[in-house]
Amino acid sequence: MGRTARIPLPALAVASLVLVTTALAFVFFVAPDDANQGFSQRIFYFHVSIAITAYACFIGAAWKALLHLWKRDQAADLESYVLVHQGLIFGTLVLLTGSIWAKISWGHWWLWSEDQLVLFLVLFLFYCAYFMLRYSVDPGPQRANLSAVYALFGVVLIPVSFAAIRLAKGLIHPVVFTRHGPNFGGWILVTYCVAQAAVLVLAYTLYRLELSGKRLDGRLRELREVLA
Amino acid sequence: MTYFRDVGALARKDLLLELRARDTLPAMLLFVVATFVVFHFSLPANPSRLAASGLLWVAILFTALLGLGRAFVPEREQRVLDGLVLAPCDRSAIWLGKSLATLAFLVAAEIVALPVYALFFRPLSGAAVLGVGLADLGICAVGTFLGAMAVTTRARELLLPLLFLPLAIPIVVGGVGSGVADSPGRYLWFLVLYDLLFAVICWASFEYVVAE
Amino acid sequence: MLTARRLGKRYGEKRVLRGIDLELPRGGFLVVTGPNGAGKTTLLRICAGLAQPTQGTIERDVSRGQVGFLGHDPLVYRELTALENLELYGRLYRVAERREQVGMLLERFGLWEARHDRVGSYSRGMTQRLALCRVLLHEPELLVFDEPYSALDEAGAELLDTQLAELRGEKTFLLATHDPARVDALASGRLALAA
Repeated sequence: MGRTARIPLPALAVASLVLVTTALAFVFFVAPDDANQGFSQRIFYFHVSIAITAYACFIGAAWKALLHLWKRDQAADLESYVLVHQGLIFGTLVLLTGSIWAKISWGHWWLWSEDQLVLFLVLFLFYCAYFMLRYSVDPGPQRANLSAVYALFGVVLIPVSFAAIRLAKGLIHPVVFTRHGPNFGGWILVTYCVAQAAVLVLAYTLYRLELSGKRLDGRLRELREVLA
Repeated sequence: MTYFRDVGALARKDLLLELRARDTLPAMLLFVVATFVVFHFSLPANPSRLAASGLLWVAILFTALLGLGRAFVPEREQRVLDGLVLAPCDRSAIWLGKSLATLAFLVAAEIVALPVYALFFRPLSGAAVLGVGLADLGICAVGTFLGAMAVTTRARELLLPLLFLPLAIPIVVGGVGSGVADSPGRYLWFLVLYDLLFAVICWASFEYVVAE
Repeated sequence: MLTARRLGKRYGEKRVLRGIDLELPRGGFLVVTGPNGAGKTTLLRICAGLAQPTQGTIERDVSRGQVGFLGHDPLVYRELTALENLELYGRLYRVAERREQVGMLLERFGLWEARHDRVGSYSRGMTQRLALCRVLLHEPELLVFDEPYSALDEAGAELLDTQLAELRGEKTFLLATHDPARVDALASGRLALAA
């Protein structure tokens, strides 16, 4: 229990609030307009930082899964699950922001030529199946093992799918759209870094919050049983 | 050496079971041909090379799913897995044996299905056939593994396609690419890479699927 | 051989075992009794190493190949013959002189004549006899029996009595039954589970 109680939750909540506000301020008032796409290009800052955060969650979940299988760490099962849950939430946001960005930039809600978007669609399906799997097994060591193994598959699937999507693109869809990668530098870089930090801290706060809620649930159940 | 003898004994057992019960392979054969006919009516009269290749892969994938869903039924019915799990042999042998058996069924189904496809739609290149073979390895390795996971859940067969299809997307990319690309080399290598990568993971983690 | 402390097992919300202490020395014969739903099967599965407790600890001084587990299900393939089933188990359990051992057991349990028949065509009693052959095949150190007398006719039950008496002291037994009187003479300890 004590090992995750590093930074108190209220401090984290305040930090994420401050960071998210700062990030919003930077995105709207500091970052310059994009030469080609103008004001709306600003969604890029959130889209990319959310995507990176989602990857971090999935990788973290796989790491916890590995700890569970390897070190027989009982607590790691719940941690891994909560990380997948957070990853799925942020992954859904990636699909939403990406879709909005695609609509603004190219007039389509969905583009198969956007690698990142397609990859997140695959990951979305994969991690939804994780939930189906988890809720189809009674809680216990068996469920923990199956979840952990599947979470490990996920982290291998990310690069493999990415490679596959790149391979498929040349084959199926001629590349019509190209995105002007923003020239990183000056305020753009600073804004991106602030946004990235904000989303990461926010995700970590949510992770800790959900984890402590779930643990409380568990202990409450045990207490009730002792009393019964 | 003992490891491979165990694998052989387990795979032989599955082939024997199929030989006696004959319920998986005929179903797979019938299904794949029926799928082709359905595709004929749902595609334009002269499908492009890419479209025809796509339908081949959809058919292969779903035929494989049909077989994979049945793979652990004999073990589940009598809970034989308990007996196998307690055996002093390496537990990954259970996975490898079962994978080889499902591979045999899938290849047998394809020996019929690929000529039928060539007859109905368009001939297959050598690289395409090689792609199918390499994809079969990945499909059976990963699919059997997930099949073992699925039988321990309440949802059982229902869960297998959901678990399997996201993982099968790279296989489809490699398979379609090896069939239609002008230089199929890198698609074939991609399939080889996929097979190796996932075979190693399955081999290393199967223990945790069957034992608490 | 087996030491369990404050063993508990929970399936989701449902608790099936709670605070079980158990001590089974080598050569012991522990009889587990209790009404339906008391968790006998779960306890036996944990002791055999097929399940992990959610609470407490268990120490098992025996490798997994040295456990013989007889559950509710016979753990044999219905589409294979008795001989094929035992051959497969013999190989996986590293039984030396497999053929002789299999033949001897089939003979002893009265299945020799039916050895080439599919297990699916067996009666329940015959299937249970085959399950006993399977458990005894690799001469395990620890024998975990869950209701071994179920489905056996009188002749089969007597056969099992003799078998148990013969191995008593040499092997370690953990046996769950509704009819403890039957194994009273053999028992070295008794564990009654409450519902």
